[in-house]
Amino acid sequence: MMSERFMDKKGRPVVVVTGMGLVTSLGWGKQENWVALQNGRCGIKSISRFPTDGLRTTIAGTIPNRPGHTPENYSACDLSLAIAEYAAAEAVDQAGIGGAGSFPGPLIVATPPSELEWPHLRRLYLANDDKQQTGYRGLRAAARSGEFTDLARHVRFAAIADALQSRFGTLGEPLSVCTACASGSSTIQFAVEAIRRGETEASLCVGADATVHPEGLIRFSLLSALSTRNDPPQAASRPFSRSRDGFVIAEGAGALVLESYRHATARGAQPLGVVLGVGEKADCYHRTRSQPDGAAIIGAITKALEDAAVDPEDIDHINAHGTSTPENDRMEYLSLRRVFGERLSGIPITSNKSQVGHTLIAAGAVEAVIALLSLQSGIVPPTLNYRDPDPEIPLDVVANAAREVPMRTVLSNSFGFGGQNVCLVFAAEPN
Amino acid sequence: MASGREAWITGIGLVSSLGDGAVDHGLSLRRVGGNPVVECESFSPNCVHPLVAFDVASQIHSKNDLRQMGRWQQIGVYAAGLALADADVAGRKELLDRIDIVAAAGNGERDPELDMRILENRRIWDAEEDAIGPAINDALQTGLRPTLYLGELSNLLAGNIQIVHKVTGSSRTLKGEEMAGVSAVENAVRRIAAGQADIVLAGGALNAERQDLLLGYELGCNLWAHPYQPVWQRMEAGSGGVIPGSVGVFLVIEAREHALARGARGYAVVQSVASGRARRSQPGEIRDSLESLFDTLSQGLATGPLAVLSGASGVARATAEELAFLDSLDERHFAPVIRAYGSRLGHAVEAHFPLGIALAALALSQGRFFPPFDDAGDIEVESGEVGPLERVMVTGVGHWRGEGIAAVERIPAGRVG
Repeated sequence: MMSERFMDKKGRPVVVVTGMGLVTSLGWGKQENWVALQNGRCGIKSISRFPTDGLRTTIAGTIPNRPGHTPENYSACDLSLAIAEYAAAEAVDQAGIGGAGSFPGPLIVATPPSELEWPHLRRLYLANDDKQQTGYRGLRAAARSGEFTDLARHVRFAAIADALQSRFGTLGEPLSVCTACASGSSTIQFAVEAIRRGETEASLCVGADATVHPEGLIRFSLLSALSTRNDPPQAASRPFSRSRDGFVIAEGAGALVLESYRHATARGAQPLGVVLGVGEKADCYHRTRSQPDGAAIIGAITKALEDAAVDPEDIDHINAHGTSTPENDRMEYLSLRRVFGERLSGIPITSNKSQVGHTLIAAGAVEAVIALLSLQSGIVPPTLNYRDPDPEIPLDVVANAAREVPMRTVLSNSFGFGGQNVCLVFAAEPN
Repeated sequence: MASGREAWITGIGLVSSLGDGAVDHGLSLRRVGGNPVVECESFSPNCVHPLVAFDVASQIHSKNDLRQMGRWQQIGVYAAGLALADADVAGRKELLDRIDIVAAAGNGERDPELDMRILENRRIWDAEEDAIGPAINDALQTGLRPTLYLGELSNLLAGNIQIVHKVTGSSRTLKGEEMAGVSAVENAVRRIAAGQADIVLAGGALNAERQDLLLGYELGCNLWAHPYQPVWQRMEAGSGGVIPGSVGVFLVIEAREHALARGARGYAVVQSVASGRARRSQPGEIRDSLESLFDTLSQGLATGPLAVLSGASGVARATAEELAFLDSLDERHFAPVIRAYGSRLGHAVEAHFPLGIALAALALSQGRFFPPFDDAGDIEVESGEVGPLERVMVTGVGHWRGEGIAAVERIPAGRVG
């Protein structure tokens, strides 16, 4: 008979976090990030990686160089993999789980779009010397020569998962997940479900996105999603402010080792936090906008609380999706207000996107790590640039400077294009 | 631990080069010596299986919705609509609000004309080096359709199913070529077994008639660049290669109890799905991986004739190792009767494994297996006949990575397809 302390209120295995890793525009590793986050620093800067002449948005949260890594020379695929590996290694190392290159569970990765970039297309174009073959036929003829197999990884959707699996020796077939800007949270959801099913005792969850390249920037710009307040870059991302005008695209990776509490305890590992619950609800209103009454967001939050077996009163802090777009922040407020009522005004809320930008596919994983660091330390990093609160969305924003908040239970929200809504409830201790 | 609820297939939505709807496919695949539909001119030297003409507006009523979608999304949303209607859940608001989507998808289509306009524009590339970047920016900013990205985003196939068919339980999209489809079915079945889901819409879509998609597979030198040949004959020709096929396929997979409670009947039950990933650095690893998956799958499976719907891609090594695995099954007292459905429908990549599951369910509901899909080659013809059909094994070996197999079984007094 399994000890009751390893089961949650619903009789399922308790899932704990035993390792975390983080790479963002603020730096490589949890330590560098946490110091910067607490100190209210911002990783958003003018883009220097490629010319931005003529672009409406010229800023982003790009990954800084570090010895051994020069992001400016990487393709999106290679940089996404580099930061994913770094974050995953940090998480696995902290968890102290498995042997070298043998992780005792599956890998679940949120990966960015797989696509050729312009330098790749140009190489193929120049390589085709058969003038009979025009257009894409010419590119295909060049590819058929077999001289460009090194480019295949850019268009293989499983390439990042495959490389991570080889490095960390995870078990079984890895999942490559895309639920747009909720993807990072979806990896945690998949892992929690698998551990609760008893299929595995542990899982490695990774979200990574490094798609700050011209086309990556321009396509979000054409959807009118990005802030155009380029100067100064650090003032562009301003969640919940009246003057917010869009999100700032950013790169990042977050990694978490999830484990059954029983398994962690048996091997003497110290839980960093508990994943109490996950909730998801799909929206059917619009490709980029939420149902005006917030039903799907409300549904996701409500399901997460139910799954965690906690009441709205139990939530001590909210790590918001908070993109800094007019639409998101208003809808997130309306939905939170419906669930938490008057009490919402007393719950400290923050959006990490004011500091690190919007890490898109990785955001859910990046922000889960930050929410858990907050939970551990009792310190909530600030929402920067909160100088003109939007009176329509009154919230207890952790404005401009970090705040000490006694916390036991935290809600983390992630929403994405395509009606994706995933909410996670973390706790310091098992329920 | 899993409560072990049975996962029934209660709805099939299918559109491909062979037809529109599950019934069409049943008829077409039973035609002995039936010819595949292949287009070898438009994309020469590669062949593709082009999608049949279908009435997209019958499932996607809003012109605005249609305009917002790429063709792969239209194909998938159409097939999803067929599946929901087939399972008798279309339009049932309360039920749709509880259906979970698990989609297998790649990326949508780029704008190849814009790409070529930019690549061929000498004013851009002949400019001073520091002027090239700004010129590309300008070309993209003025040339890209603002909503194109929504047609490219992997999860927007599922997103459009939500919008068009009002399926709003949860929505997850898996990527990763063939294994996305294996994992989608596997995840649906596992969640149902464990009581984490009651009813799931799982599947995917491939638009094979795309220059940019072909370019992607060409980079790994994985396409067949000769006139049409069935899967096994491509393998035997040495290098082998994929002939992609346009397919939209969705399945309504439902807990037995849930189906019975609403009076729905199942085509078949997905008894188990197993997946793995060989490193593929040494010959034989794919075969070993399949053998160990089969060990999990075959527990409780009666020996004797075993109908196999093989999802082999035609890429030489993966296909040959799969065949070696199938050939070795006689050592375990199984006699595989092999049909590679890619020979008739093309390789549907992300959608390929769900396609195999759909065909297995169809065959089981009709009580008999399909005739050989490659009647000129030895492999299928000589593998014999099954007799009354009780179970089908579906294989899904990734052309590059990943191995999956499923056991699909007949439901006594189940739905007749």
